[in-house]
Amino acid sequence: MSERKVRVIVAKPGLDGHDRGAKVVARALRDAGMEVIYTVLRQTPEQIVQTAIQEDADAIGISILSGAHEYYFGRIIELLKERKASDILVFGGGVIPEDDVPKLKAMGAGAIFGPGTPTSVCIDWLLSAVREKWEKESA
Amino acid sequence: MVESKPAEAGGKAAYEKTVEKFLQKAPERKAAFRTGGGLPLKRLYTPEDLEGMDYERDLGYPGMYPYTRGVQPTMYRGRFWTMRQYAGFATAEESNARYRYLLSQGTTGLSVAFDLPTQIGYDSDHPMAQGEVGKVGVAIDSLADMETLFAGIPLDKVSTSMTINAPASVLLALYIAVGEKQGVPMEKLSGTIQNDILKEYIARGTYIFPPKPSMRLITDIFEFCSTHVPQWNTISISGYHIREAGSTAVQEVAFTLADGIAYVEAAVKKGQDPNVFGKRLSFFFNAHNDFLEEVAKFRAARRLWAKIMKERFGVTDKGAQMLRFHTQTAGSTLTAQQPENNIVRVAVQTLAAVLGGTQSLHTNSYDEALALPTEKSVGIALKTQQIVAYESGVTETVDPLAGSYVVETLTNEIERQASEYIAKIDGMGGMLTAIEKGYVQQQIQDAAYATQKAIESGEQIVVGVNKFQVEEQETDRSLLKVDEAVGQNQVRKLQEMKAGRDNLKVQSCLEAIREAAKDEGTNLMPKILEAVKAYVTEGEICGVLREEFGEYRENIVL
Repeated sequence: MSERKVRVIVAKPGLDGHDRGAKVVARALRDAGMEVIYTVLRQTPEQIVQTAIQEDADAIGISILSGAHEYYFGRIIELLKERKASDILVFGGGVIPEDDVPKLKAMGAGAIFGPGTPTSVCIDWLLSAVREKWEKESA
Repeated sequence: MVESKPAEAGGKAAYEKTVEKFLQKAPERKAAFRTGGGLPLKRLYTPEDLEGMDYERDLGYPGMYPYTRGVQPTMYRGRFWTMRQYAGFATAEESNARYRYLLSQGTTGLSVAFDLPTQIGYDSDHPMAQGEVGKVGVAIDSLADMETLFAGIPLDKVSTSMTINAPASVLLALYIAVGEKQGVPMEKLSGTIQNDILKEYIARGTYIFPPKPSMRLITDIFEFCSTHVPQWNTISISGYHIREAGSTAVQEVAFTLADGIAYVEAAVKKGQDPNVFGKRLSFFFNAHNDFLEEVAKFRAARRLWAKIMKERFGVTDKGAQMLRFHTQTAGSTLTAQQPENNIVRVAVQTLAAVLGGTQSLHTNSYDEALALPTEKSVGIALKTQQIVAYESGVTETVDPLAGSYVVETLTNEIERQASEYIAKIDGMGGMLTAIEKGYVQQQIQDAAYATQKAIESGEQIVVGVNKFQVEEQETDRSLLKVDEAVGQNQVRKLQEMKAGRDNLKVQSCLEAIREAAKDEGTNLMPKILEAVKAYVTEGEICGVLREEFGEYRENIVL
């Protein structure tokens, strides 16, 4: 049996066009052996959640540099709840002031990676968080 | 009189021998040395490296072809570059207050940042605008907002740069309309619209329409301004965002000038004279960390563009051969770790831009990796420019690094490699095709990924990030936050404005735009100007154009 691969959506919600970080992370996750679906720019929260459910994703990574993170994290997590898909992990990065990180985590974000984070830190976190999720599912 | 001593016996050969011996005792830090953009660097440059170079032909004199040494004969001995800080957030009232503050602090030109809905042609009440109103810039829906934005700022006294691309015609029309209300005719207005759609597809992401109608909007602006707004820079062909997206210095020059070629070709095809509209083309580059490479980059870009205009397009007007450019320091080099270090990075980058001969400059604020800059950090950024201008002394003679063996070698090398890229893009059928194929995006992403890997492996050092880290104490970081109420207030104001205007007139203006959009031979600018004066909103105008032109869909390249 081949090893189960982590499936992750890397998404750019809203109107922000800064996609260097999202694309670098998408590539690094792929190089780490994950299956990565990168959404194009300007995705609505509805589209992102729909893609995640359709693709049977383990996690959604959100990249925002426009300052609209509270709105988008909140809305995506809310939609996941409505669609009974809260088992999908949500994490993200971008220009997100430290003061806002506890708020995003309280909403349900698993991790927020600021500028300068090595991709390996993100990969390690995701692998262990997804493994934990799988264990819960099979228990 | 000092007696001249004979050179030490052996010259270069002896030096090489000494080095060889020296290396056995003290090896160099690395096996190979490269610039930030990946160009190989030799241990030493000598006159040998410049063999075959002809001073008059390759460098010439400032203000003279090929403009390697600068576009003005006296450069900063005449006047300094324009210190232009990009700013704008929340509401028109708050941005207006920031502009007045900057003007009072000695800034000499305004630079307007718009929020994302404005940049993408949505009014503040559009569903796609949710959560984004007033976030990265000011929200402008109609002439009412634009009047507030420039209240008390005489448009015949300042020059204004607007970072607006897909809906550039609408914002230019709004600016003209505000000028008219102040009694300033459009012939007297000076400033710049970014209006560079190709780099939006490549790197920045605020496109609306597909390439063909987008190019038409741009050439309509060229034509309209040639006649009516002669002092306006109709486009700012931008390498800045290409570099921020991860390109090398060579790619920044190559792709920017290739975009420039595409615009000139489009306008020439429409029967416009490059000697006329060519004078109003301006450029926008990044000032990155690698000091010598950056200085060389600006000089190489200037020489290469002059050759392109002269040789490829037969341009004889001197003003149309000159590459005039704005520079911004590199946001992507700023770190969230030990943010105060960014002040030093910005100072080095400022020096590179000035020694490269920039016409205007924005210096980034040290807290930009954390949030929108505060008034204090913006102040330090502006002071950095003033210190370089008034204290460093590098402004007192023209192009002081000319003749440096390494700077001239890098200038030659960047020009050579950029020309190769341009030839390759020509071979693919031009920049539009190269973008549609994803070639340009792929090149940039490969470079970005390579940089990330180099930082993670420790091959590339970023102070405070992968070396010399410190345990950071919670400092008192007062960050600027945009109040969530901004969006709601903006929507309320928009609705009030709509209720108070002549809505029949609005409909007829929109129909006129629709008709003009259908006919390639009609210039859209006069129709758009007519519409904004009747308080037709940006979203309404772009909405009609979306229906007529369609919308661009990104071609994913990973």
